[in-house]
Amino acid sequence: MASRAGSLTASDLVAASLHGRKRDIGGGIFQALLILALFVSLLVLLVLLYDVISGGISVFSERGADFLRGRLSIVTAATAGVGQGIFGTLLLTVIVVLVAFPLGIAAAIYLEEFAEDTRFNRFINVNIRNLAGVPSIVYGLLGLAIFVKLLAEFTGGRTALAGGLTLAVLVLPIVIITSAEALRAVPHSIREAGYGVGATRWEVIRSHVLPSAAPGILTGTVLSLSRAIGETAPLLLVGAVTGFLASGGASLYEQLYGGYTALPVVIFRWASLPSQDFRALTSAAIIVLLALTLTANALAIILRNRYERKW
Amino acid sequence: MKAMDAGTLTEPREGLHARPHIEVEVQQQSERQLPSRDVVFSIRDLSVYYGGFKAVRNVSLDIFQNQITALIGPSGCGKTTMIRCLNRMNDLIENARVDGEVLYHGVNLYDKRVDAVEVRRRIGMVFQRPNPFPKSIYDNITFGPKIAGFKGNMDELVEQSLQKAALWDEVKDRLKESAWSLSGGQQQRLCIARCVAVQPDVILMDEPCSALDPIATARVEDLMQDLKSEYSIVIVTHNMQQAARVSEMTAFFTAEVQEDQDRRTGVLVEYDKTEQIFTNPSDERTENYVTGRFG
Ligand SMILES: Nc1ncnc2c1ncn2[C@@H]1O[C@H](COP(=O)(O)OP(=O)(O)OP(=O)(O)O)[C@@H](O)[C@H]1O
Ligand SMILES: [Mg+2]
Repeated sequence: MASRAGSLTASDLVAASLHGRKRDIGGGIFQALLILALFVSLLVLLVLLYDVISGGISVFSERGADFLRGRLSIVTAATAGVGQGIFGTLLLTVIVVLVAFPLGIAAAIYLEEFAEDTRFNRFINVNIRNLAGVPSIVYGLLGLAIFVKLLAEFTGGRTALAGGLTLAVLVLPIVIITSAEALRAVPHSIREAGYGVGATRWEVIRSHVLPSAAPGILTGTVLSLSRAIGETAPLLLVGAVTGFLASGGASLYEQLYGGYTALPVVIFRWASLPSQDFRALTSAAIIVLLALTLTANALAIILRNRYERKW
Repeated sequence: MKAMDAGTLTEPREGLHARPHIEVEVQQQSERQLPSRDVVFSIRDLSVYYGGFKAVRNVSLDIFQNQITALIGPSGCGKTTMIRCLNRMNDLIENARVDGEVLYHGVNLYDKRVDAVEVRRRIGMVFQRPNPFPKSIYDNITFGPKIAGFKGNMDELVEQSLQKAALWDEVKDRLKESAWSLSGGQQQRLCIARCVAVQPDVILMDEPCSALDPIATARVEDLMQDLKSEYSIVIVTHNMQQAARVSEMTAFFTAEVQEDQDRRTGVLVEYDKTEQIFTNPSDERTENYVTGRFG
C-alpha cells in the first residue's frame, strides 16, 4: 500500500478506537457519591472525637495521672477518677480471654473439623450466627438469671466474676464464628497434603490447619475483645457498681468475688449527672476507654503480623 | 522393603489394620519372594458414587510392582476418582461411597479393620496441583517422617529425598525458606520429595506435570524412571506422549451414558501393555482416543 497521503493509516484507526469514548459521566457521578459517603462518615467521627477530646482534655492537663488513679465518685468531681474503672475493665477482659477464647476456639474446631454435615449440626451453626445478633441487654438478663442468681454459690452474686462470665458468653458466638471462618479459609489442598503423607486428622489439624488459621483466629478473637470492653448494658444488669466503690488493697480473690465497676459503666453514670464538672470527667473517661479499645485493635494487628511472618 | 541409608522407619512395620493381623503378614511375606510382576493392587469390580451419582462403574484391573501404570481418558471419565480409591483419599469427600474391592497385596483396603492413615503412609500421593505446606522447604519434607516416628538423621533424609526429586541443587542453600516461594515446577518436585520421604511402597500421581513446562516435565519423567526400581507408580495423565514414554501398562477409561444414570459414568475400556494400547488397541474407542480422533 504505497499511497498513504490523504487517507488514514492503520495506526490512526487503531488510535482513534483506543482513545475511546467521551468521559464516563455515570461513573464519575457514582464515584463522587461514594467519596461523599466516605466523607460524611469520617466527618461524623471527627466531630465526635473533637467534642470528646476538647471536653476531656482539660481534666488530663489539670489532674494528669491522678485522674487515671482516682476512685469512682459521683459526689466530688475534683477527686473522682477512673482507676477502679480501668482495673474493673481489665479484670473483666482477663476473664473473657480465659473463658471465651478457649471455649470458642474449641467449639469452632469441633464444628469445622469434626462435626458431620448433619441437619442437627447445621441447625446449631445457624443458631450460633443468630446468637451473635442477639442484643446485649438480653445477655445481661441471661447473666442475671444464671451467673448472679442460679450460680450464686459459685460466683458470689453480683461480683466481677459474674460480670466477666456474662461478657464471655456475650462474645462467645463472635469468637466461634470468626474462628470457624478462619478455619474454613484454610485451603482443602493443605489438608489433603497432610493426609497424603499419612497424618491423622488431629495431626493435620494441629500441624497445618491451626497454624494456617491462627492469624485469622487471633484477629477475630482480639477484635471481639473490643466489643466486650465497650459493653455497658449487660454489666448494669449483672450489678456493676455505679456509685462509690469501696475497695483498696484487696487481694485478687476479693476483687473477683467483690463489687466491681467498669469504664463504660462509669461513663454511663457520670454522663447522667447534671454537674458541668462531671461532664468533663465523662469526656476524659471516654478518651481512656477509646485508648483501651484502640490498644486491643492494635494488638490484634501486631499479633497477626507476627504470626504471618513466622514460618 | 527398601533399605535407606538414612535409617529406616520402625521395622518391621505394623500391618495396615489398627491391630496387628497375622494372616496379612504371612500373605505379604510369600508375595515378596515372587519375581518382578508381583501384583500390588488388584482392583475388583470397583464402583464409586458421589451421592446418587455413579462416577465410575465396575472397574477391574491389576497393577504391578515396580512398574509405571498410566491411567488415561477424556476429562471427567473418573481417573482422579479411581486413583483416589487406591489410598482411601476418597474418605475425605463426604458423599463419596465405594463398592467393590481394592486388594493391596491381597488385603482389601476397604475392609472395616483397615486404618486409612496406615494405608496413606504406605501409598503416597502427588496431587494435580502442587500443594506444599505453608512452611519451610525443610519442614515440608520432615513432617511425614516425623509423624511416622522416623528416628534416623533428618538432614540426610531431607537431602536424599530432595535429590531423588531432582530438586536438591536448586534449594540446598534455602532450605529454611518458605516452600511457597518456589516456582510451580519446583513446588511440584517438592511435593514428590515430600512423598518419597515417608518411604512409601506405592506413589500415586494425579497429573503431576499438568502445571509444568517441558523441562520440568522431563525431569519428573526421569525421576519416575529412577523411582520405579524402588516404588510402584500409578500416574494419571492427559498427555498421550507422556503415557507412551513412561509407562509399562496403560488403562484407558471413558465416560458413557448408562441406562440408570442421567450423567455419564466412567468405565474401563481397555487395559494392556502400553505398547499394545498405542500401536494396536483392541477397542475402537481406544484407537480413536489415542490417535486424537476422539469426539
Ligand atoms: N467431589 C465430587 N462430588 C461430586 N461429583 C464429583 C466429585 N468429584 C468428581 N465428581 C464427578 O465425577 C466424575 C469423574 O470426575 P474425576 O475428577 O474423577 O474425573 P477425571 O477423569 O479426573 O477428569 P479430569 O481429567 O478433568 O481431571 C465427574 O463427572 C465429576 O463431575
Ligand atoms: Mg482429574
